[in-house]
Amino acid sequence: MATSTTGIYAPHGPARVVETLGAWVLGVLWVLPLLYAFWSAFHPPAFSTRFALDAPLTLDNFVKAWHAAPFARYFLNTVVLVTMILAAQLVLVTLAAYAFARFDFPGRNVAFALVLVQLMIMPDVLLVENYRTMTALGLKDTILAIGLPYMASAFGIFLLRQTFKTVPRELDEAARIEGCSPLQTLWKVYVPLARPTYLAYALVSVSYHWNNFLWPLIITDSVESRPVTVGLQVFSSTDQGIDWSIISAATLLTTGPLLVAFLLFQRQFVQSFMRAGIR
Amino acid sequence: MTRTREWLYAWLLLLPAAALLALFTHYPAVANLWHSFYSTPKAARPAKFIGIDNYRALVDDPIFWQALTNNLWYALGTIPLSIALALLMAVWVNERLPGRGFLRLAYFTPTVLPMIAVANIWLFFYTPEYGLLEQFTNALGFGRHNWLGSKSTALPALMAVTIWKEAGFFMIFYLAALQSMSPHLAEAAAIEGASRAYFFRRITFPLLMPTTLFVLVNAVINAFRLVDHVVVMTRGGPDNATALLLYYIFEIGFRFWDSSYAAALTMVLLTLLAVVAILQFVFLERRTHYQ
Repeated sequence: MATSTTGIYAPHGPARVVETLGAWVLGVLWVLPLLYAFWSAFHPPAFSTRFALDAPLTLDNFVKAWHAAPFARYFLNTVVLVTMILAAQLVLVTLAAYAFARFDFPGRNVAFALVLVQLMIMPDVLLVENYRTMTALGLKDTILAIGLPYMASAFGIFLLRQTFKTVPRELDEAARIEGCSPLQTLWKVYVPLARPTYLAYALVSVSYHWNNFLWPLIITDSVESRPVTVGLQVFSSTDQGIDWSIISAATLLTTGPLLVAFLLFQRQFVQSFMRAGIR
Repeated sequence: MTRTREWLYAWLLLLPAAALLALFTHYPAVANLWHSFYSTPKAARPAKFIGIDNYRALVDDPIFWQALTNNLWYALGTIPLSIALALLMAVWVNERLPGRGFLRLAYFTPTVLPMIAVANIWLFFYTPEYGLLEQFTNALGFGRHNWLGSKSTALPALMAVTIWKEAGFFMIFYLAALQSMSPHLAEAAAIEGASRAYFFRRITFPLLMPTTLFVLVNAVINAFRLVDHVVVMTRGGPDNATALLLYYIFEIGFRFWDSSYAAALTMVLLTLLAVVAILQFVFLERRTHYQ
């Protein structure tokens, strides 16, 4: 981020003042809803819509929210879900990307096109049929059922194939001459060189599945399998009265781990999203 | 390795991913078409072939047409604005304005939050009487308005949420593209005496075209794929004013349990996405020729 390409054309004088002002107005506008949620979560309900400087700070809302619904279980479910999906994705995607990047076999282009279909027709829109399939497999209302449709990720295969293709053939051949089998070559040459791509993909995958909602909402209906997003929705839609302080607290609670991780690893996050988006 | 062994090896590597893709992407897409020609099985009556009856019902269904129209307006209202804002944000963050770190953080943070949490926050924001927006408009002397409760403002209110959440995401891609542009371009243009606006219009913007295309495709898919906020904020109401296509599928399929009609509706959505895919392919082809 050191070089600014618009260096010469960076605004000067009044233009700079106007642009800085504009950027800040937009920035404040962008954090406002979030600050508002923080305000109501950390203050007693009486102050949730009243902005007084002397409003007392409290963690009561978080305590109440935590006890009002089985959030601990929901968190556990989400962590299991996200880990399971990522682990499966890493294995499947690595093997498939390797095949596409370094093997010549009949039907490769057709197979690759069939993989790319998933970039358009995501599991997110195939709700009805996937529900039918999960019922037939007897997997309804399990964490596995939430994750299964996402495990073979076209996006991941595409991303990793690009990276693997940049690995010099000489390294590959050297490893083969040393007597490595294709799988050993993959493990010793390709995987280590693709580490930044793996990191990028992992961050994108984790935040995607931590946040996913509609499919988990449909396929689960018990505390034992619900992820936090669905738990939050069940919690805030079943007659909490309209206690916004508690709902805000619960909302921040469910996003907390991801938000903290993001704030700590901001640079990695941003760069990962960049890397994942460049084709 | 012999040729056949290499083929075999490749297919074995592909097998696990291919099996899951076939089961959860290709099969459901085909099965969906198949099931759309059958009636929904009920306890006493198994599914039977009814030809295009589901599609006839669809053509006569005013809510379907409304959901489709809503979705098109929603796409039209969110996509250009969030892309324009994303570009603006990227240009601003890329310049050395004071507080760059804060700005980048502010723009990007909504992206990491789950849509469902975002929807909860904005629901509060829009609440009649107590919500921040209402307090603000009251302070300015405007009358009361139920933003999510009235037919004319409910969909635009949802659009605002989407724009807020997506602009920062798209900004990242523009930022990456801006940072990978050679500084020599600006130097050369400056020597030629090009103005800043001219440089942006004739050099920067055209060079960002691939990024714009990429972002555009993503934005279009998202406009049809993401309805979490509808579930939380309006449930398609008032009077179906915010029913988007996928939300309507969700209602038909999982509230009314009419799976075969939902399959017919899904076919419409899949067709729309296929059209996007074909358009993207055509445009990308042209781009490679251009290069």
